[in-house]
Amino acid sequence: MNFLSLFVLIPALMMMGLFVSKNRKQIQFVMATGAILLVIMSAAVTYMYLTERAAGNLATMLFTADTVWYAPFNIHYSVGIDGISVAMLLLSSIIVFTGVFASWKIDPLPKEFFLWYSLLSIGVYGFFISVDLFTMFMYYEIALIPMYLLIGVWGSGKKEYGAMKLTLMLMGGSALLLVGILGIYYQSGATSMNILEICKTNIPIQAQYYLFPLTFMGFGVLGAMFPFHTWSPDGHASAPTAVSMLHAGVLMKLGGYGCFRVAIYLMPQAAHELSWIFLILTGISVVYGAFSAIVQTDLKYINAYSSVSHCGLVLFAILMLNQTAMTGAVMQMLSHGLMTALFFALIGMIYGRTHTRLITEMGGLMKIIPFFGVSYVIAGLASLGLPSLSGFVAEMTIFVGSFQETDTFHRVLTIVACTSIVITAVYILRVVGKILYGAVQDKHHEHLDPATWYERLSVVTLIVAIFAVGSAPFWISSMISDSVMPVITQLAK
Amino acid sequence: MQYTLLIVLLPLISFIVLGLMDSKWKPQVAGIIGATVLGIITLLSYITAFEYFSFHKINGVYEKLIPMHVEWIRFTQYLHIDLGILLDPISVMMLVVITTVSLMVNIYSLSYMHGEKGFQRYYAFLSLFTFSMLGLVVATNIFQMYLFWELVGVSSYLLIGFYYTKPSAVAASKKAFIVTRFADLGFLVGILFLSFYTKTFDFGVLTSGNASVFASTTGVSFMGLSVMSWAMGLIFIGGAGKSAMFPLHIWLPDAMEGPTPVSALIHAATMVVAGVYLVARLFPVYEVYAPDVLHGIAYVGAFTSLFAAVIACVQTDIKRVLAFSTISQIGFMMVALGVSGYGSHEGLGYMASMFHLFTHAMFKALLFLGAGSVIHAVHSNEMNHMGGLRKYMPITNWTFLIACLAIAGIPPFSGFFSKDEILSACYEFSPYMGGVMTFIAGLTAFYMFRLYFNIFWGKEHKHAHTPHESPFAMAFPLVFLACVTVVAGFIPFGHFVTSDLANYDIHLDYTVAGISVGVAILSIALATIMYRKESEVPKKLATTFAGLHKAASSRFYVDEVYIFITKKIIFNLISTPIAWFDRHIIDATMDGFGGVTQWTSSRIKSFQSGQVQQYAYVFLLGTLFIAALVYFIH
Repeated sequence: MNFLSLFVLIPALMMMGLFVSKNRKQIQFVMATGAILLVIMSAAVTYMYLTERAAGNLATMLFTADTVWYAPFNIHYSVGIDGISVAMLLLSSIIVFTGVFASWKIDPLPKEFFLWYSLLSIGVYGFFISVDLFTMFMYYEIALIPMYLLIGVWGSGKKEYGAMKLTLMLMGGSALLLVGILGIYYQSGATSMNILEICKTNIPIQAQYYLFPLTFMGFGVLGAMFPFHTWSPDGHASAPTAVSMLHAGVLMKLGGYGCFRVAIYLMPQAAHELSWIFLILTGISVVYGAFSAIVQTDLKYINAYSSVSHCGLVLFAILMLNQTAMTGAVMQMLSHGLMTALFFALIGMIYGRTHTRLITEMGGLMKIIPFFGVSYVIAGLASLGLPSLSGFVAEMTIFVGSFQETDTFHRVLTIVACTSIVITAVYILRVVGKILYGAVQDKHHEHLDPATWYERLSVVTLIVAIFAVGSAPFWISSMISDSVMPVITQLAK
Repeated sequence: MQYTLLIVLLPLISFIVLGLMDSKWKPQVAGIIGATVLGIITLLSYITAFEYFSFHKINGVYEKLIPMHVEWIRFTQYLHIDLGILLDPISVMMLVVITTVSLMVNIYSLSYMHGEKGFQRYYAFLSLFTFSMLGLVVATNIFQMYLFWELVGVSSYLLIGFYYTKPSAVAASKKAFIVTRFADLGFLVGILFLSFYTKTFDFGVLTSGNASVFASTTGVSFMGLSVMSWAMGLIFIGGAGKSAMFPLHIWLPDAMEGPTPVSALIHAATMVVAGVYLVARLFPVYEVYAPDVLHGIAYVGAFTSLFAAVIACVQTDIKRVLAFSTISQIGFMMVALGVSGYGSHEGLGYMASMFHLFTHAMFKALLFLGAGSVIHAVHSNEMNHMGGLRKYMPITNWTFLIACLAIAGIPPFSGFFSKDEILSACYEFSPYMGGVMTFIAGLTAFYMFRLYFNIFWGKEHKHAHTPHESPFAMAFPLVFLACVTVVAGFIPFGHFVTSDLANYDIHLDYTVAGISVGVAILSIALATIMYRKESEVPKKLATTFAGLHKAASSRFYVDEVYIFITKKIIFNLISTPIAWFDRHIIDATMDGFGGVTQWTSSRIKSFQSGQVQQYAYVFLLGTLFIAALVYFIH
């Protein structure tokens, strides 16, 4: 068995550990150990990946392994990683780790919560290490289902509605995806569902014309592409903190990753021909999400719409079909994952104290809970693209990359997408000004509990990661950029 | 000259340390650390300037040094952001200006901000600002400049909003950030255009005069304008935002909500001239490839200058007068760049602009710090709460007077020399431009002395307690900057900074000088008559020109236009409908799918009633139907 499968095995072991845990202490121990192990694992894999590349291994996927699962249908379990998967694994580990600490004192039913939480992480990790369409799809489904229960049971507000909406819409997306994947497999005539095998074949262009939109939309739903984004505000608003973090931080990235790895990589001709439709849709997402965020009053809605805008930028950049923009897209996935998780963590922690998420009911919190105040400002600055924080490098890579496309259509869309940097500033500063500055709105808010150690750990970890990506982007950027190359070669065919 | 790296890095370290320690340290400790670090880097900057200007001239031309640079991130084969240090005459001059003013402000704040809550945070932010500003001026490439440009914007935001419990300060900081951000959008798109065609971000390559760099831009147009005009015009928008050019100037007067030393540092001497610096940095490109934009800059600068000077004549908040005066003076610098050519004498405007930037930084910082000293004494920003303060605050009075004389252009103070060069350049460009700028210079003298007399002369206002002179930490920077203001005019500036890096000897044009001094003296005389003692003249004038007076007091309603755009258009006409559309159309459609499914299933669920009789009945009907069908087909 390949060591990559440890990423799936560790959460599975965590689930077993949870089964036998008797009290909260033990549950916390199991979760903390598992989360730390996962962080160490992904750091180690990053190191191994970089050394292997430095040693001159130029294979598309490294550390590949393949086991036959069900021979009659050519179903294999195959794994492997490239620079993009490595970045996503790092992201997932950080989010899983911080999510555990953000829900350290989850109530009620901590055991069950963490069981579903671990199952969710199995799905996420599995998706990023798979190179087989079937394995990938299976893990995708594993990641979706626990979401329903996590929101429905531990959520807040209209949680049944939110859970139902989120799950059904994403299931709708995965139905499109299933058709797409099977279509790709049969049309390619390959003897396995391995992506690396399929990319060597030529899917007939007529088939690509309908398979590309199916897969792109299927993954696009998860990437909150307009007009399939409405699960995001309602779903996130009712989800518990850690679930929002994991969902917006990692799960939404499955969408972008899938679009990149499956839709574009396997169907390059259709990508060239049809990208304009999706460019328009994602271009709308970018601006539309940002404008919608301006008038929202619920913190989680603001962040959800902001995610629509930022994730729209990911898909937008992927569709530019050049190396720089695609590198930027992956960096944006990483950056958005980190900062949105930070936002949701902070919103959850603030909500736990003020018992409201409406910005009209808060004010002057900076004086009362300075730790959260400062962290929120940092998250906001990252979101509006302050240099030295992760958002800046990602957005700039995207903009410079998109600008390499010379025709007026791409130019105009790029400039339209650039305007989001201003609109983002408007809604971020509006929120910061309303809830943190000024006078205290509510008398009950004059004495709020200071941040606990586990909350601090979670928040500081995310901030450090955001700084690290933003201040030293060169190695991540070059790692991703190299891994984008195969797709570019494929597109040039 | 590797040690120049320290000039940039030390303030960053100071920011990180002070920021992390925050209230764990006593306020004094933070203040002393901040000021000491500034002292060290000021010294280093002076050494740099000395070494650079003495030893790095080859064949009469200053060389461009890059003591350090690293690649930070690579975008494409050609485009990559480097972080580095570029030393050339203008960046070295800016190092000196920034560190000097920043040091003075750091010392001044020790006393001015004493006892304020968040003293440590204040010093941390000051260090952050100094770091960003220094990084901006030594940038080796345009993207590094943009990067630090954004950092500067954020530190300005944080400092304007320093009193974060005060709603007006919060609103002002937000406004400043968003307006400049909007301008930065232009800057960014301009960079994208420029770099796409030239395949480089590097200033060295862009300004080398090598025509092949721009070869791919010839004949390319985008929506009817040549790409170079687009690129350089958009880049200038970025500069116009930071340098508060009309109509992007509206954030600057509001930015006065920040602590006064901050206004002196950021909103008078350093950050607001970033736009001028940007144009100067790219001057060879503007001059050759986008002369139309360069002329546009001249007209924008002239209009802004006039516009702001008129408003400054009627404002009553002393910091606001200074703010409009700053806008007006930056207008002068922009005009000078706009009318300038390249080369020894053609480049007079360029040299004059940089000279004025230098002298203005000193005397405007002095004016702001003086205003701070006055505000500290009377606890008000309003002119009519002051009057007759010269008796109580002699040092402030004298230093303020020196600065006023300098900005009014009275020899031998520094402002006279730099402004005179600007006027000469303007007259050479066109007599109209020269005439207009001379008129504005007259207005400047008038409103500055209106301010001066209103504060220090005129009727004494009743104070709760007698105003007193500021302590040493505040008085020292005043005296220091006043000394600089007195002597700076005699610096042979043309030997240091010129458009082509070669020597240029400044000649005083006595006609221009005579006219400008004459106008200045007349204006001062007018101000003396009107404001030295209480008089009815100002009121009468105000009622005679009621319309103009009201419009100018309301800053010509530009703010109202902005409020209309942001509140009415963006908020009510774009965002609210979009949010409504999202909830009631898009989301309702998605919910509709669910609804339709539910409705359909509720309709057809009666088929599965579980009643045997019903099943039998349907079964029977079905059998009969099929039997009938078979029968008829045969």
